[in-house]
Amino acid sequence: MTDHPESKERQEKVPAMQQLLDNPFLLLFIGITVPTVLYIVWGVMEIASIPIAP
Amino acid sequence: MTAIDASYAGTAAGNFRTCRYTGLKVDSAAQTLIKANAVAAVIFLAVGGLMGLLVALTRWPAVHLLPSEWFYLILTGHGANVLLFWIIFFEIAILYFASAVLLGSRLATPRIAWAAFVLMIVGAVMTNIAVFQGDSSVMFTSYPPMQAAPHFYLGLIVFAVGALVAVGVFFGTLVIAHGERTYEGSIPLVTFGALTAAIIAVFTLASGAIILVPTFLWSVGLISEMDPLLYKVIWWGMGHSSQQINVAAHVSVWYAIGALTIGAKPLSEKVSRSAFLLYILFLQLASAHHLLADPGMSASWKIVNTSYLMYLAVLGSMIHGLTVPGALEAAQRRNGYTKGAFEWLRKAPWGNPAFAGMFLSLVMFGFIGGISGVVLGTEQLNLLMHNTIYVPGHFHGTVVTGTTLAFMAMTYYVLPLIFQRDIIWPKLARIQPYLFGLGAAGISLFMMGAGTLGVPRRHWDMSFTDAILQFELPSGGFLMMGLNGLSAVVASAGGILYILITVGTVLWGKRLDRGEAPLTFPLHKRAATVAEYGSHATVKLPGTIILVTIFFVSFVLYYFVNWKYLSELWLMR
Repeated sequence: MTDHPESKERQEKVPAMQQLLDNPFLLLFIGITVPTVLYIVWGVMEIASIPIAP
Repeated sequence: MTAIDASYAGTAAGNFRTCRYTGLKVDSAAQTLIKANAVAAVIFLAVGGLMGLLVALTRWPAVHLLPSEWFYLILTGHGANVLLFWIIFFEIAILYFASAVLLGSRLATPRIAWAAFVLMIVGAVMTNIAVFQGDSSVMFTSYPPMQAAPHFYLGLIVFAVGALVAVGVFFGTLVIAHGERTYEGSIPLVTFGALTAAIIAVFTLASGAIILVPTFLWSVGLISEMDPLLYKVIWWGMGHSSQQINVAAHVSVWYAIGALTIGAKPLSEKVSRSAFLLYILFLQLASAHHLLADPGMSASWKIVNTSYLMYLAVLGSMIHGLTVPGALEAAQRRNGYTKGAFEWLRKAPWGNPAFAGMFLSLVMFGFIGGISGVVLGTEQLNLLMHNTIYVPGHFHGTVVTGTTLAFMAMTYYVLPLIFQRDIIWPKLARIQPYLFGLGAAGISLFMMGAGTLGVPRRHWDMSFTDAILQFELPSGGFLMMGLNGLSAVVASAGGILYILITVGTVLWGKRLDRGEAPLTFPLHKRAATVAEYGSHATVKLPGTIILVTIFFVSFVLYYFVNWKYLSELWLMR
């Protein structure tokens, strides 16, 4: 055990998942991007690729 | 806790009082806006609920109340008023409560919040006017090539923009609270749930604006045609996701009421937040359910969206389905109800309409709305019920027994804590959630039963009297629709009671902003946990484990019963 300030800082480092959950704007970004890409963009691309009837 | 609400000037522009019951700091601007949005919500619930009763009485074959033109007009108004206006006004009230009040912060830009409110009111009224003028009976989905009057779409756009601005005010309030250090560490779980709802709302309202703007231009002749499939894909980004805002919001309400009534803390903040994260990532993808029978979309798009990824959001719901009753059991055991597996449940405050409504909402959302949603979302099983009245049965299980009942339950604390009026007619208030819940459950189950027998949705005459191609539905379908009508009458009685109690309390309820008056439906002494971060951290929950096991067995049985039905339809020899 050591009282060195650097190791203390390392001990108190907030986990990445906690940082994600504490960042509303990062959550907003992924919450918009995932459905936009998977549902809207992919869906619109599928419709655009339907051949037009002769 | 102070004896009398203490008013004082807060930081920056805030003007706060301290709630004597919870100890929470309440910003006066936030309080007034919560009141305004809640009142608007209740008005649109009254209008939309009455329309729902008329729809049910028309679909009740023995009554068949309305002529066809009026039926489709009323059905359109019912959808818009309850699925959008009631729900979103109340959700904006929840967002302001969960940000400004729970974080003890001033509300960001109150003037802009008022502008948002005015836009929402103008939009909702404009859409209602268009519906009642009679040339916009396109139903809630308004699929092209059916065309409504331009102000029908314009009203929805204006409403969506207003709601989007209000969601921006919520995010702004989070920034202010963080910047002014009104809380330490992470935001409370209820606020995190509201944040989830707000994120889904941004996607929802943006999708609505994206598709309704060209549809409006089409209605005024500036665009020659609308692609029906493109419309459906983007419109359902709004239509279904708006119901996912509800899910996140009412799960937050479950946690909030658990804290307020019995002092419940989350079992694990990390687990509950991870479940909300699954909502943020995947819940909106459920929109693809509505296109499972459309030939233009590939099986890959359908299955990835509604099965592989959507099931991760279902996992989130099942986590909440464990952690919410688990938190209640843990709190009740700490409160001294430790005998056997279910003393905590038997001796729960069932006479408190907030708790009763919350628990009924929790159970019925899971058993009725949740299980049927997974069945409908399975591409193959969807063929059994697509476009039958099973679909409204499912979403009445989510939006009415789940969200509406939860919001009604929350009202029993919004009234004393925000309006500072004590609930009038406590005996009637005690039975209200049971009456409404019983009726709403009946509506959902009987519509799902009728849909399983093939009764179509949105159809004025299920006997197909004047149809060129005659078709006779099983007599059980007629019985189910009659029982649905009866259930709607019961639910309406519960709904009318809710409106009367709410309006009566606002107008004539005993004032709580002075004196030492106790609440008719008291808060738990640890109610302030609603605004705190922290876990109960226990797994000794025998009652919850039994309840969850019953749920899983029901889920599995119902899922496979539907595969059995499907196997009987397919000619596989």
